[in-house]
Amino acid sequence: MSSSTELPPSVATDAAPLLQLDDLAVHYSVAGRLGTGRRLLKAVDGIDLEVRPGECLGLVGESGCGKSTLALAVMGLVAPTRGHIRIAGQDIGQDARPDRKAMARTVQMVFQDPYASLNPRQTVRRTLADPLRLHGVSDAAEIEHRVAEMLARVGLRPEHAGRYPHEFSGGQRQRIGIARALILKPRLVICDEPVSALDVSIRAQIINLLLELKDELGLSYIMISHDLGVVEHMSDRVAVMYLGRIVERGGWREIFENPRHPYTRALIAAIPDPFRLHAATARDKAKGEIASALNPPSGCHFHPRCPMRQDRCTVESPRLDPVTAGHGDVGHWAACHFADRTGAS
Amino acid sequence: MSAPPLLEVENLRIDLLGDDRRHAAVEGVSFRIGRGETFGLVGESGCGKSITALSIMGLLRHPLAIGGGAIRLEGQEIQSLPPGQIRRLRGSRIAMIFQEPMTALNPLSPVGRQIAEMFVLHQGAGWSEAGDRAVEALRQVRVPSPERRVKDYPHQLSGGMRQRVMIAIALACGPDLLVADEPTTALDVTVQAEIVDLMRELCAANGTAILMISHDLGLVANICRRVAVMYAGRVVEEQAADAIFRQPQHPYTQGLVASLPLLGGRAAHGRRRLAEIAGTVPAISAYPAGCRFNPRCDRATDVCRVEDPAATPLGDGGLVRCHHHG
Amino acid sequence: MKLRANLLIGGALVTVAVVVGVLAPWIAHTDPVLDANLMNAEIPPGSEFLFGTDGQGRDIYSRIVYGAQISLTVGIISQIANSIIGVTLGLTAGYWGGWWDDFVGLVTNLMLAIPSLIFALAIMAILGPGLTSLLIALGLTNWSYSCRITRAQVLSLKSQGYVQAARILGYGDFRIMFTQLLPNMIGPIIVIATLGMGAAILAEASLSFLGLGIRPPFPSWGSMLSEARDQITTAPWLSVFPGLAIFLTVLGLNLLGDGLRDILDPQSRERRA
Repeated sequence: MSSSTELPPSVATDAAPLLQLDDLAVHYSVAGRLGTGRRLLKAVDGIDLEVRPGECLGLVGESGCGKSTLALAVMGLVAPTRGHIRIAGQDIGQDARPDRKAMARTVQMVFQDPYASLNPRQTVRRTLADPLRLHGVSDAAEIEHRVAEMLARVGLRPEHAGRYPHEFSGGQRQRIGIARALILKPRLVICDEPVSALDVSIRAQIINLLLELKDELGLSYIMISHDLGVVEHMSDRVAVMYLGRIVERGGWREIFENPRHPYTRALIAAIPDPFRLHAATARDKAKGEIASALNPPSGCHFHPRCPMRQDRCTVESPRLDPVTAGHGDVGHWAACHFADRTGAS
Repeated sequence: MSAPPLLEVENLRIDLLGDDRRHAAVEGVSFRIGRGETFGLVGESGCGKSITALSIMGLLRHPLAIGGGAIRLEGQEIQSLPPGQIRRLRGSRIAMIFQEPMTALNPLSPVGRQIAEMFVLHQGAGWSEAGDRAVEALRQVRVPSPERRVKDYPHQLSGGMRQRVMIAIALACGPDLLVADEPTTALDVTVQAEIVDLMRELCAANGTAILMISHDLGLVANICRRVAVMYAGRVVEEQAADAIFRQPQHPYTQGLVASLPLLGGRAAHGRRRLAEIAGTVPAISAYPAGCRFNPRCDRATDVCRVEDPAATPLGDGGLVRCHHHG
Repeated sequence: MKLRANLLIGGALVTVAVVVGVLAPWIAHTDPVLDANLMNAEIPPGSEFLFGTDGQGRDIYSRIVYGAQISLTVGIISQIANSIIGVTLGLTAGYWGGWWDDFVGLVTNLMLAIPSLIFALAIMAILGPGLTSLLIALGLTNWSYSCRITRAQVLSLKSQGYVQAARILGYGDFRIMFTQLLPNMIGPIIVIATLGMGAAILAEASLSFLGLGIRPPFPSWGSMLSEARDQITTAPWLSVFPGLAIFLTVLGLNLLGDGLRDILDPQSRERRA
């Protein structure tokens, strides 16, 4: 559990993926100013991704990259415009209307803000017991037992069950949020920035807890975060998104030690890390601001900010192609015309 | 005797006035910032770092009030100055930028006018001259096509652009000290990196000192020469930035550094369980007796529970407040 | 927690009105309708008749005491009806959005554009005078504010994590509305209902004054004012006491509503934590 050596990921690489996205796209129609004309917001635009049982997939990106929309689509809360979402073998694509209760027992979510994510008028017991009742557990003793067991699992005491959210600190609230996400025994948990709203001295507690629970319960995570340190620490594989597309994905080692997309390099260069051996070079840094997803740049969406842009990048959209044969079948893919030139220097 | 430092905060106490009693939200805080120096104040929410910054700006409002100590700008006490004089200091000699520029900018006024206002108010410039200088100021913070941008309203700009405008306003009159309270927390990381570089370059060029307030130890250690770590209203440790990361002396700082999953750590050492700091940050009304960190500290002994540790000087002019430091 | 003056004064005034209404049969000196005695007509306030008597020799004090029953019944029942209509429409409109939201918004705006008194007047004209038609008229015409407040609350609450979490846990729409949303906006709804009660009592008085509400000889404060119209110079106590009763009760409800807003406002409460 707290071993100091790197164990091989507990990923059954040959197992069927728990979650599979094929060419997933979610487009919104947005009204223009004064209601004149509608424009298309391509929040998620053609994404292939899979999460295997027991795996933690890190999803990295900045505002407007589409990671939140992706999460909503996976949970069946927004319908895809195009493509397929298969969870545990079931297709919940655009025509198959998902059964929300069955979905609830498969995919759950841990939220960013522990203050807004708990109903202030409900005790912890009610927050945890209501979903059980809704999903057909009617025996009061069993409900009480499962609530107590779940509280113990996330590091809370049984007497906490009778309390209201305002009686807890931020870290404890996040533990309650995690307990709520796990009470229905889901297989996939989407963690949306689960520590970024917490005090710095509390974050390690929650990160450790999430990793322990993953191993004990055999969970899969999609770990959405902009904190690359957290993503590197927790993920087995990492996908980097920019303006609705995946620009690079691969095993955590490939992404962090040998990033091939200039945007990934810019992200890493932007982390203020006093332990870094050599300061980030200007070659890695991104310029300017993220464009609006309503009006993304032509060609490669990153080209206006890219330190190694060529003419080709402004017209031709790069495909997500394999850059090397990765370790095992994990693979390393990047969407850059010059991915071969951006290798480790 | 050498010249006084640019800013000297000595034994500062800030009270939170409650219904029936007052609590010391900040107590015994002392630090000095030299001309052109970069100084970081790090801590978690509620540790008192932001209200320390506000007290320097003379911006504390009820129920917060300075309860003791001194704030000196080049040897002159400023905490007791009449409001009019403090207002004159703000903007001209001390400037501040905030976490959310949208709340600090006037939404009904073009950004160029808000910059120009600084020249008119503090330097007696005429509006047309001030307008030209506003364009120049926007160019300096690297806003593209500044001639057009001066006419934009704050809501038409992105978060990063707004923070650039805030920096332009703050640095307009060439202040001696820039107080930056979490200036990049609301921004995306790649934008954050650019803003930080910009701030650092402009201040270095103008000889402006920076007091950087942040919860992000890594960010502060990257920008600042010296760093003070605050916990529960006290400075628990102050050191040079690289030393605070490599040889932290206070158990709290040590815990923070060890608990951060740093990039590259997993490749170097494998996935280790992160060191945890037990418990939670106490509320202002419930600060423990003795050392305020003692309930969460694995080194705490009886003396820590009764006696508030005094500041022990460290080699390079730093200090640590712990009975069992090192 | 500091108890605010408006809460105390408003609460006291409303409590007095409620107690008086409930205890009317015991604290009234005479029957408000039957005990007419022309021998006692138009006696000014004094030791025998505290508030004086009217042209038919009825005790004004007793009539005011019984009038409290009618005013409060009208205020409470019509406001409960308004709250149910307004909250249901506001909840569903805010949560579902789309064409239903547009439709509810349109109807709300129409209701707000028609003066509610005129609307109630029209309904009364169709239904005829009387307590039941009064309750129907006032209970159907003043829900716009509840609806708007509820909808605004839903819009701000529905993006909260716990509402999202409920959806992800498989809660149905109505379960989310009634277990997650409604309990967290009960404060503003109560405030609006309290203020609406004052408005309903005023509306009852106005309608009765116009002869469309409670008909004489039954003692509503509005109908008492209406009867007193001709004697306002010769027997001013006939108008002063019912007017004062309306004034103090409505003032009390408005102060109470303001005071409740101060302590129920979720924002001022959240900041403490």
